[in-house]
Amino acid sequence: MEETIKLIGAIMIFMGAFSLLVAAIGLLRMPDVYNRVQTGTKASTLGAIMAFIGVGLFKFESWGDGNWLGRVIILIVFILLTNPVSSHVLMRAAYFMKVPLSKLTKIDKLKEDLDNNVIKEPNNE
Amino acid sequence: MINAEMIVYVAIGMFTLAMLLAMVRFVKGPSVVDRVVAFDSLTITSLILISIIAALSNRMIYFDVAIVYGLLSFIGVIVVAKYIQKGL
Repeated sequence: MEETIKLIGAIMIFMGAFSLLVAAIGLLRMPDVYNRVQTGTKASTLGAIMAFIGVGLFKFESWGDGNWLGRVIILIVFILLTNPVSSHVLMRAAYFMKVPLSKLTKIDKLKEDLDNNVIKEPNNE
Repeated sequence: MINAEMIVYVAIGMFTLAMLLAMVRFVKGPSVVDRVVAFDSLTITSLILISIIAALSNRMIYFDVAIVYGLLSFIGVIVVAKYIQKGL
C-alpha cells in the first residue's frame, strides 16, 4: 500500500517534469513576448502543482511526524496566487513599453480600447 | 523492476533540461521582458528541485527555503515590471 502511494507520487512528479519541459520548449519556440509569457506561466503553474502534490505523496509515510502536507499545500496556494498576478503585471508592462507584437497577431483588443479612450495609458513619470 | 526513486531521478534530469532551455532564452532574449519571463520559469523549476531535494534527503527545513525563495522571486518580478513602466 505504502509502496503504491509512493509510486503514484513519483509518477506525478514525472508528469510535472514533462509539463515544465514542454513549457521550456514553448519558451524557446514561441514568436512573441506575449505568447512566451502565456506558455511559460500556464504550463509551469500546472507542472508545479502536479510536482508538489507528487512530493507530498512521495513522503507519505512521514505525514504524521513533521508537517509535509501542510507545507506542500502552503506552497501550492502560494504559487496559485502569485504566478498569474506576476505574469499579468509583466505583460501589461511589456505592452505599455511597446514591445512589438508578432506579425501573426490578428486581434488586439487593448489597442482598440486605447483608441476609443476607454482606457488611458498610464503616465507615472 | 521499476523503483519510485528511479522515476524521481529521471524527473530531476528532465527538470535540469528544462532549466537549460530556459537559460538559452535568458541569454538570447531580445527584450527585457523575455529575460524576466525566463527568470520566472527558472525560479519555479528550482523551487520544485529544492522541494524534491528536501524530500529525498528527508530534511523539512529546506521546504521553508523554497517558500521564502518563491516570495522573493514574486517581489522581484513585480519590481522589475514596475521599473519598466517608469514607475519606481
